[in-house]
Amino acid sequence: MAVARLTPLTWGRLLRVNGALLAVLLVTLVAAAALGPVRIDWRRALDFRAQVNPDAVILLRARIPRILLAAIVGGALATAGTALQALLRNPLADPHLLGVSGGAALAGVCALVFRPAVLGQAVVVPAAAFAGALASTWVVFRLARIGGRLDSYTLLLIGVIYNAFAAGLLMFINTVVDLYQAQGVLFWLMGSLANRDYRLVGALALYTLAGLGVLLLRARDLDCLSLGDDRAAELGVQVDRTRLLIFVAVSLLVGAVVSVSGMIGFVGLVVPHLVRLAVGADHRLLLPAAYLAGAIFLVWADTLARTVLGATEIPVGVVTAICGAPFFAYLLRRERWKTAP
Amino acid sequence: MTGSRSGHGADAVTNGVLVRADRLRFAYGQREALSDVTLAVGRGEMLAIAGPNGSGKSTLLSLLSGVRRPAAGTVRLAGRDLAAYGRREVARLVAVVPQETAVAFPYTVAEMVLMGRAPHLHGIGLEGARDLAVAERAMDRTGVLVFADRLLAELSGGERQRVIVARALAQEPSLLLLDEPTTFLDLRHAIEILELIAGLNEREGLTVVAVLHDLTLAAAYFRRIAFLRAGRLVADGPPLSVITEATVRAVFDAEVRVAADSDGVLTVRPLRREGR
Repeated sequence: MAVARLTPLTWGRLLRVNGALLAVLLVTLVAAAALGPVRIDWRRALDFRAQVNPDAVILLRARIPRILLAAIVGGALATAGTALQALLRNPLADPHLLGVSGGAALAGVCALVFRPAVLGQAVVVPAAAFAGALASTWVVFRLARIGGRLDSYTLLLIGVIYNAFAAGLLMFINTVVDLYQAQGVLFWLMGSLANRDYRLVGALALYTLAGLGVLLLRARDLDCLSLGDDRAAELGVQVDRTRLLIFVAVSLLVGAVVSVSGMIGFVGLVVPHLVRLAVGADHRLLLPAAYLAGAIFLVWADTLARTVLGATEIPVGVVTAICGAPFFAYLLRRERWKTAP
Repeated sequence: MTGSRSGHGADAVTNGVLVRADRLRFAYGQREALSDVTLAVGRGEMLAIAGPNGSGKSTLLSLLSGVRRPAAGTVRLAGRDLAAYGRREVARLVAVVPQETAVAFPYTVAEMVLMGRAPHLHGIGLEGARDLAVAERAMDRTGVLVFADRLLAELSGGERQRVIVARALAQEPSLLLLDEPTTFLDLRHAIEILELIAGLNEREGLTVVAVLHDLTLAAAYFRRIAFLRAGRLVADGPPLSVITEATVRAVFDAEVRVAADSDGVLTVRPLRREGR
């Protein structure tokens, strides 16, 4: 019988890898809370007896909700990217590049026209963005699948075109409708984490954990689906039903995130790729690891965005695009080279 | 590989029918791919399906694996209508080795073979001791255990195809379907794969249905050959009675010479139109 022993995925390995990432995330959260244009005195900030406490206000009202938001948004985008890549069998897929975020933003803006109250902001706008994301995923998928075949580059081109279309409509709506407050179209297009409401953070956490949970239960199906529809069916996956379920979960993640933070690109591209290099392609490990790594990545990107120019803040989507676009070009060339005849 | 593998038909009677296709029809849009195909495969049989491109071979295989549903007719697996099985249930009985496996992600050989256990797992479930033992044995039988931790993408076509056979065996199937498994392999690796399949059939009684293009290879390894032409079953029987110059001309529109050597193994060679 066998000489070598197989080294399978065990609960031990799952806990080790994710435990290590969780530890890094916790350190990241504390470090990010300490960093900012204003130096805060931790002892004073955590002294709850003081009547007037600017350090506590900065820490608890500005930084911590924002950092938590960055972590949830980053994790959700990385997980959504991972699942989309497996489902579309394309390591270059990303919710932003494929226009899923664009569709979500468009629907979110349409919902905002009705000026919902805070409760509405936690329910109506994400619901609209979710519907927009789901519709966009479906449309892009249907357009890119020609004669039952899904070509990688057709998919990416359709995504780019759909994205441009959604961005165009977004700007059109912004022109004809006077969006209230400062939530202009730039917020949606460039992405921002400048939200200070714990209730929104809580609602977002709930939506994204639901999405992540569904994907985790389907992790093995994602492995099989990444080999192709017929291969997955041969391995016992109910392809149409499972694909729909995964589309819904991804749209829930992306819709919820976009409704709170606008379109932040490339997180769903860069993070899954790096995590896959480190831990392999098994989605039972990859999905939770990508969530934690995405959280770490975006917290640092946002820390950079709000500190690098002193008091002037850069939209976090600008930071991720500046890091992510060259990375995309590198991946595209590598993939092209690999598949060239 | 020596000796002929004669005596088809007897298995079907003695061991019972594993899969029976009855008056199958299938169409892609307007184009009819299969019309009225009736075929029974006995337990422990080894059947090769051949025919010109577009004659419906792969379609027939996908109906037998339940990946596609027939427009009319039924497939009965172990006496029960395939349409009444759940997808995972079928995957525990029928495994498929495709022409080629394209992986978009860096899976290792062990990870790929363990995917064959997917129809036996539940929820996020990780593989248990039995799953590992089954996968390990499958890899041992196909000689890919030494590659366990290598990436699938690093292997040659022949090695990769053996990994896919190992994955199929990890499903613990009763029926193994192969869709032109040697098309992209050189002769040595093609022989290697067919030897492996024939060995599994002989030693373990695994039922095999394979679509093959090369008639000489088919005749050397299979005891029963079925010819499809334009979606219809036009010949079915042992190589010596099916692979004849007349049948090949009728099925493939090709002029060949068929020669049988002393131990009854057939060779099919082209008849050149112009002098040598």
